[in-house]
Amino acid sequence: MTTHTLSVLVENKPGVLARVAALFSRRGFNIDSLAVGETEQPGVSRITIVVNVDERPLEQVTKQLNKLVNVLKIVELEQSSSVQRELLLVKVRTDATTRSQVVEAADLFRARIVDVAPDSVIVEATGTADKLGALLRLLEPHGIKEMVQSGLVAVGRGSKAITTPALRSAA
Amino acid sequence: MKVMTDPVKHPVPQPPPASPLALAGRAVPAQRQAGVQVTGAQSLIKSLEALDVEVVFGIPGGTILPAYDPLLDSTQVRHILVRHEQGGGHAATGYAQATGKVGVCMATSGPGATNLVTPIADAYMDSVPIVAITGQVVRNLIGTDGFQEADIVGITMPITKHSYLVTDPEDIPRVLAEAFHLASTGRPGPVLVDIPKDVLQADTLFNWPPRKELPGYKPTLHPHGKQVRQAAELLAAAARPVLYVGGGVLKAGATDELYELAEKSGAPVVTTLMARGAFPDSHPQHVGMPGMHGTVSAVYALQRSDLIVALGARFDDRVTGKLDSFAPDAKIVHVDIDPAEIGKNRHADVPIVGDAKAAIAQLVGYLGEDPAVEGRGTPRLAQWWAQLDDLRRRYPLGYDKPADGALAPQYVIQRIGEIAGPDALYTTGVGQHQMWAAQFISYENPGTFLNSGGAGTMGYAVPAAMGAKFGQPDKTVWAIDGDGCFQMTNQELATCAIEGIPVKIAVINNGNLGMVRQWQTLFYDKRYSNTNLGTHGTGTGRIPDFVKLAEALGCVGLRCETYEDVDDVINKAMEINDRPVVIDFIVGADAQVWPMVAAGTGNDEIMFARDVRPIFDEDAC
Repeated sequence: MTTHTLSVLVENKPGVLARVAALFSRRGFNIDSLAVGETEQPGVSRITIVVNVDERPLEQVTKQLNKLVNVLKIVELEQSSSVQRELLLVKVRTDATTRSQVVEAADLFRARIVDVAPDSVIVEATGTADKLGALLRLLEPHGIKEMVQSGLVAVGRGSKAITTPALRSAA
Repeated sequence: MKVMTDPVKHPVPQPPPASPLALAGRAVPAQRQAGVQVTGAQSLIKSLEALDVEVVFGIPGGTILPAYDPLLDSTQVRHILVRHEQGGGHAATGYAQATGKVGVCMATSGPGATNLVTPIADAYMDSVPIVAITGQVVRNLIGTDGFQEADIVGITMPITKHSYLVTDPEDIPRVLAEAFHLASTGRPGPVLVDIPKDVLQADTLFNWPPRKELPGYKPTLHPHGKQVRQAAELLAAAARPVLYVGGGVLKAGATDELYELAEKSGAPVVTTLMARGAFPDSHPQHVGMPGMHGTVSAVYALQRSDLIVALGARFDDRVTGKLDSFAPDAKIVHVDIDPAEIGKNRHADVPIVGDAKAAIAQLVGYLGEDPAVEGRGTPRLAQWWAQLDDLRRRYPLGYDKPADGALAPQYVIQRIGEIAGPDALYTTGVGQHQMWAAQFISYENPGTFLNSGGAGTMGYAVPAAMGAKFGQPDKTVWAIDGDGCFQMTNQELATCAIEGIPVKIAVINNGNLGMVRQWQTLFYDKRYSNTNLGTHGTGTGRIPDFVKLAEALGCVGLRCETYEDVDDVINKAMEINDRPVVIDFIVGADAQVWPMVAAGTGNDEIMFARDVRPIFDEDAC
């Protein structure tokens, strides 16, 4: 099985996220990660789904997704030809003696300290899953009190954009 | 997730007025404002009228109540008050199957709506165009577990083509227009429209025609010419071709084109359970129904084929048997309007997405240009036909009469088919009687065999017959039912009796859940766990007595227990046209459905009868 990143453009209608998510579970596919947000086009949202499946089931899930009335367009984004990012917020145990080490580790990963307390800091980092994993391994010895990660978002490299004329022509 | 729940945040931008695309098919704003002042409920009924709806099968209740008031005044839309919402749903399906139009059912919120779940699932599996309209609790009660609240949109999400929760009364005409469009175009299917009570009560404007907003819905209707040409070339060269015909051919109204294709190509035709009647059984090229209880010749034809041309069929497990041993040498041409069906179960060498009518017509056109194509008589197919004819001769459909003198169910069903003829419509429940009705009645015309194929819904026969008879009042409609199925939905006979829908019901009463019992006989060492229904009589007589039950429901009740009476009782039923008739045929409990490909085994392991495997002669050829 291989990991695939799907960008799904949907009409911004109530229940559309439930329809998409339910379709994955009904057809027996696991979603590794899911992120949803508005796009440059009013009325259009973009769902980025990371799914771990073989080529043939992927084709089937894509075709099934395309049948959802609120789905406008589906594009698979290859890792090599797209920018893919996740956001990580992690609360690390620190004190006066260890804080500088944490800050230094954050700097190495171009992460930022966004909150400081006497016994902890919050590190904000963005990047690929690999990079965030490496940062976490560095921070772990200090003690991770809490962490939260976003789903992956991705956009294709180059000037070509994924849009859909559908909404404009229909409106 | 704000973005998902706040659809009004970004109003859809208005297009430039000069755009011809934008102007096509939409009312100009001035007209929209000048709509008729109505309530949401009136808007709903007016929309149904504008959509040419002639009948709604439903039951009123608290939240749908506002819709029933204007319904009383509608001279166009007739409401059939059913006895259970499931009956209403299946009646809508039967109506749609018999007429090709969209069937409509209506129910109130909560239990009314959840009672529609089974017929919606049924229509989804068999791709039947129905629109289910449900009441919902008032908007500010949604999500509070209000009285008779059920999240029917959520519940039916995986079994509808699409669904709506209407929150603005102004949306009613657009939503109804979209729902009918979605249900009836592309791959047909059920659409649910859930309307809160206060939306039905609110004042609004009615405008027709509304502008449909379906930017993500673009079914592919026109097949790719290059693909069709490739399919035609394969068909013109194949030595062992088969036309594997599914329900999609009936949905597309492509039976004339299919007939031409069969005659032109000379290829054998198999019609699935959903496609019985799509190609005349009497045609010499029809080799039968494939699948678990198909004919030996049809199963063999697919299994040994070198080219399967699948037309509106979906390689269901009941047809393929064990998938990895299905038709190992066959190339596949797969025509379907739903791209997701192509390659789902079996790889398609030539995928053709499009309307079956258009695709088959093109295929016929290309074949016509090929001088090598010369119908059934072509030497290229001689050996293939010799093999299939030999199998048809050696393994015809048949049955043994029970040794104890009990009535053979197959005989009863065969006689009904012969007496009522190919112009009648037949519906069935699910089980042995359904398979026998598929096997022993000859279908010559499209849309004459209605059953629950994909979902396998017991209880389908009676309400579906009601819907079919309403849609085709001049046709004789027979429901071939089992004693198990009949007890699930016979309450709709009261509806039929009161509303003047004279259907004919043949209860093939073997006293048992026959198909389950057959499996217990074959696979559970005759340990008959919970399959005896007692309808043949216990110590206290028949429970229920179907003749008395029929009479209680306002029908004529007849009983038949002997071979001598079969024709008489059927003829008697044929003469009664002022009310429904129920015939209780008391048949033997041990009759079995053969041939059979046992679940989970390959088609090569088809059994002609118990312990009898057909001998395929390909080695000898």
